[in-house]
Amino acid sequence: MRHFSQPNPKRSAVRVTGAFPAPGKYSLTYCDQCGVCAEMCPTQAIHEVDDHYEIDPDLCTGCLICVDECPQGAMFTHPDEEKPIKCVSCGDCVAYCPRQAILDQDGEVAWAGVEAKKKAQTAGR
Amino acid sequence: MTQDAKLFGYGGRILRVDLSKAAVRVEPTPEKMAREYLGGRGFVAKILWDELPPGVEPFSAENKVVVASGPMSGLFLPSSGKIEMGTKSPATGLYGEGNMGGHLAGELKFAGYDAIIIEGLAPKPCYIMIDDDKVEIRDAAKYWGKGAFETEKMIKGDLGEDFKVATIGPAGENLVVYAVVSHDFGRQVGRTGVGAVLGSKKVKAIAVRGSRGFELADSEGAYKKGKEMFDACFALPGFEDWTPYGTAGVTDWINDIGAFPTRNFQTGYFEKHKNINGAMLKDRILILDKGCTACPIPCGKYSRFNYKGRLIYVEGPEYETIALMGGNLALESIEEVAYANYVADELGLDTISAGSVIGFAIECLEKGVLKPADVGRDVKWGDTDGVAWLLERIARREGIGDILAQGVKAAAAKFGKGSEKFAMHVKGLEISGYESRYAPAMMLAYMTADIGGHHNRAWAITYDAAVGQEKIEGKAWKVIELQHVRPLFDTLGLCRFPWVELGFELHHYADMFALVTGWHYSWEDLLRVSERIWNLTRCFNRREKPDFGRADDLPPPRWMEEPLPSGAGKGHLMSRENAEKMLDEYYALRGWDGNGLPTPAKLKELGLDFVLEKVKLGA
Repeated sequence: MRHFSQPNPKRSAVRVTGAFPAPGKYSLTYCDQCGVCAEMCPTQAIHEVDDHYEIDPDLCTGCLICVDECPQGAMFTHPDEEKPIKCVSCGDCVAYCPRQAILDQDGEVAWAGVEAKKKAQTAGR
Repeated sequence: MTQDAKLFGYGGRILRVDLSKAAVRVEPTPEKMAREYLGGRGFVAKILWDELPPGVEPFSAENKVVVASGPMSGLFLPSSGKIEMGTKSPATGLYGEGNMGGHLAGELKFAGYDAIIIEGLAPKPCYIMIDDDKVEIRDAAKYWGKGAFETEKMIKGDLGEDFKVATIGPAGENLVVYAVVSHDFGRQVGRTGVGAVLGSKKVKAIAVRGSRGFELADSEGAYKKGKEMFDACFALPGFEDWTPYGTAGVTDWINDIGAFPTRNFQTGYFEKHKNINGAMLKDRILILDKGCTACPIPCGKYSRFNYKGRLIYVEGPEYETIALMGGNLALESIEEVAYANYVADELGLDTISAGSVIGFAIECLEKGVLKPADVGRDVKWGDTDGVAWLLERIARREGIGDILAQGVKAAAAKFGKGSEKFAMHVKGLEISGYESRYAPAMMLAYMTADIGGHHNRAWAITYDAAVGQEKIEGKAWKVIELQHVRPLFDTLGLCRFPWVELGFELHHYADMFALVTGWHYSWEDLLRVSERIWNLTRCFNRREKPDFGRADDLPPPRWMEEPLPSGAGKGHLMSRENAEKMLDEYYALRGWDGNGLPTPAKLKELGLDFVLEKVKLGA
């Protein structure tokens, strides 16, 4: 929503996959900023910026080698995008996951709603 | 049809699937319809009014199923996952409609469609495959006969995990009038038999994948507003208290106020309620909170348990199932209720109607209206295996199941011997989980709901509790208010739970609607649309049943004649006189005539004059 100015989960850099009816759970695919994509990129289009890696769209040729090489499977493509979609650590998923299923590196979120979310989660278990 | 201006917040297109001609057509979503009816329930009601021939036979080629998302479905705001489905109901012969959560509403819009109109009859089992612009009517021979979840899993396996799939079970295939449409392994369009109409059209499933997204009038503003709405939701006290139990959390309270349907609504108090309440669900069988699109308060309680050596997975049971398959059948443990829930879900049966029908059958056996030989075996209160056995007979339409598959009203007409007195329905739709003899506003809500005995239009029971459960007068206005607010969520394509359960403020939705569509409607303007739709569905009912009116709004005889024998409401009933008094008050406030029909002045005020061409109102 923030990056493409429209609601469209198919452009999201976080994916949720359900396994139903059994065993009845969701799994998440997301980028842990390991940097393998940057190492593998033949045009050095992926750079470390602050605490994460970003694609430089001017250098990216859309070869999609990074998609194949990502150890997490978290480099995504979309039919309308020539270049891959990569997590830029914007933190929205952390802030707005109501179940705290996604946490930042320190396991903490500097954000007011976190206490209520923690309580709702522990009460639910 | 010419293309209107770009509609922000909408997919912008309507998909028309003609099964008889095996043809698919894409039409622009008319801007006028969007402005006057918004989406979801509004689109369903308007399209059914415009396109169905009056008096259409529900299982004929001329009946249609309309599937519609709303302008706020699939958005970044709390609980935007509701999709609406409607048809001429085979259960009531009147306006039929239901909605469900999951992820289909957003997905349909991401594929670029606001609605699907399914018409005609397919010559053989098929499913509708929608992958952005690619739409196909495909053979479904291999899925036909399979369970609702089994089919969903198979289709996801065949097409891809990222397809969102709605299915029907054997009950839909066999035209059980309370067959559901199932999705996301536990979400259902439960009421009024939409699944049966899909079954009559031989549509086993609808599979959708969308990659497009859609434009908003002010995307930056909508993003900011979405964040504000989530933050506001997380900060509400109910966020912590309500979420762990979901709807099952109200079980004890409903029982305490004498409103828990017990043994086919013989009473409103179930002595074993603590065995089947939200705490039991959480402690004994819950494994996962399962939410719909963008939902911060997931009410989906996914459960796993062992039933007689079988490992069972099911979403639920939620409150309505606990009421109609728990108290109403006197099942005595949460596992037994969850097992009946699972059997009904896989067969594609509505747990509310099925629970009511089986409760009715058990009472028929108890009173000697039916003999065990008529049924094929004896079934008693609390007999879980007997209940599961009956669910199978109903879904397969074997033996007694063939009659029970037509609902309590038809079954009572067939069985006779006074059984009409305890057939618990309004307008032919079985009553959901609130025994209302000691909850008059709730009873009025059931009496006047456009689809029949269902609580979703106005969950007025909290108002009864707030202002006094004995009180008859002065409650109609609240029922009317709720009948406009609650269905508005179904119209916008949203879930109402953040508001109902957490007290989320309604103005947020009007603010967001303006950012999404660019149309500046106040909350009151939106309610006006809801009133328009309410009056339209009322006229639809009159058109389909020419003598439709006041008599169709009366509660079942049990509620008017038998005082509650136990519980907080002991001794209470709704006398015929009081029922009529409530209707008088209700009709007057609505601007309807004494027969409960909109007056020409009311129709004109709401921009509904056009209905007069097709329907004769008055006494």
